[in-house]
Amino acid sequence: MVTLLDGLSLGAIYALIALGYTMVYGIAKMLNFAHGDVIMVGAYAIFTVFSITGNPVIAFIVSIILCVVLGIVIEKLAYKPLRTASPLAVLITAIGVSNLLQGLAQLIFGTEPKSVIILNKLGSVEIADGIILNISTIVTLVLSAIIMIVLTLFIKKTKTGRAMLAVSEDKGAAQLMGVNVNKIIMITFAIGSALAAFASLFYLIKIPVSPSFGALPGIKAFAAAVIGGIGSIPGAMVGGILLGLVENICLSIDVIAPYTTSIEFGLLILILLVKPTGILGKKIREKV
Amino acid sequence: MAPLLKVDNIEVYYGMIKALKGVSFEVNKGEIVALIGANGAGKTTILHTVSGLLKPKTGKIVYNDNDITKTPAHKIVTMGMAHVPEGRRIFQQLSVIDNIKLGAFTRKDKNEIEETLKYVYERFPRLKERKNQIAGTLSGGEQQMLAMGRALMSKPDFILMDEPSMGLSPLLVSEIFEIIKAINENGTTVLLVEQNAKKALSIADRAYVLETGSIVLSGDAKDLMNDESVKKAYLSE
Repeated sequence: MVTLLDGLSLGAIYALIALGYTMVYGIAKMLNFAHGDVIMVGAYAIFTVFSITGNPVIAFIVSIILCVVLGIVIEKLAYKPLRTASPLAVLITAIGVSNLLQGLAQLIFGTEPKSVIILNKLGSVEIADGIILNISTIVTLVLSAIIMIVLTLFIKKTKTGRAMLAVSEDKGAAQLMGVNVNKIIMITFAIGSALAAFASLFYLIKIPVSPSFGALPGIKAFAAAVIGGIGSIPGAMVGGILLGLVENICLSIDVIAPYTTSIEFGLLILILLVKPTGILGKKIREKV
Repeated sequence: MAPLLKVDNIEVYYGMIKALKGVSFEVNKGEIVALIGANGAGKTTILHTVSGLLKPKTGKIVYNDNDITKTPAHKIVTMGMAHVPEGRRIFQQLSVIDNIKLGAFTRKDKNEIEETLKYVYERFPRLKERKNQIAGTLSGGEQQMLAMGRALMSKPDFILMDEPSMGLSPLLVSEIFEIIKAINENGTTVLLVEQNAKKALSIADRAYVLETGSIVLSGDAKDLMNDESVKKAYLSE
């Protein structure tokens, strides 16, 4: 029970990050490998502001703002000039941005991990006989669920959301509807980065922040996005939660715990073998 | 009176390939003007350049007294120009109603949008019946109607239509052309690109004949229909 809930909350974190990957892929048709490092920057922002002000709310708000601005700046400076370049050039640029952010973090904060105790401070509750649950787990789950519901409603019900779907399907046709594609891409990066800020807050429960803070959850969330079907928003949620559950279940069984990461990526390979577009991925349709 | 659209000596390249070699033409308010020509003559390229999806290397495009040569496509839409693209390019994964709503993306007044929606549903009753269906599951004719209805949602003064008859049965082609005529009679100027030259000339006021990136002939649609060279090249059955 606890294992499952912990797995769900870890999965929710992966899902939040995976949403950033999948939305950017769906709309800008690129893999933003610097996305994991936005999480790292968000975590450092929380750490810095929290140690100065001692106020976790202010720390988190600053972190969201910083991540959103960072996401937009990365898009404007690094990716926008490459809009018509080959996908490989964009991919290498993304890896470059990732290295740059990690290098800068190392320069400013050093390599030593710094722990931030915010959500962990909330303690735990006994929900039934002998079942003790961390409140941070519950907070992660509830907040993530709310975020995902809001995001889904935003995409389905608002004009901007519809425009995002239109751009992801056909940029040219979307322009003919009067949609400013560059603006939609910017909004997508902003949303993805805001979700990353939430992920950094939740992931700080598990490990202290260091320059490579975002690397592992980033790559796992990317795997989750691919498992769910890259470009698909519900896919990212399903993939993230699945991966989080698998990870926690494996970790709870002593014999297979050391092989957890191998099993997770094995799952990725297996799913891609059976369904190359991912669980909820759409078939690529030929144009008539 | 100045023409609604004046295209002045535009040259358009795809990489190194020159697709349009100095094309000039005009469309006057209220007209249906047809561009006819074989595959690869540059008809679609012209429409894409007019609506801003492509930018000409040289030349000038003036619409409604505004120089739109460098204006981005999404802004041109707000100036009252709509484009029904080749292959329809509806948003396949969205519902019919979401497609239609996207057509009104640039408009704000909800009541006015509602009015236009009524007009579109009157013109295309099938779209109303299927408004909650996913657009990709519509038949070819219905998709063409959706593409046209979506374009009408911006309440355009000027509409570009690229191969509306493509892939449709003869009966549907006639229906679509009737609708184009009706849209025009309702006050919308039409620039029509067609491979089906006979149909296009039958509803157009004037036409231009395009060959490998240049306009080789122009005139009243009726005269062109009787022109020997046009007959031979485009109207043989």
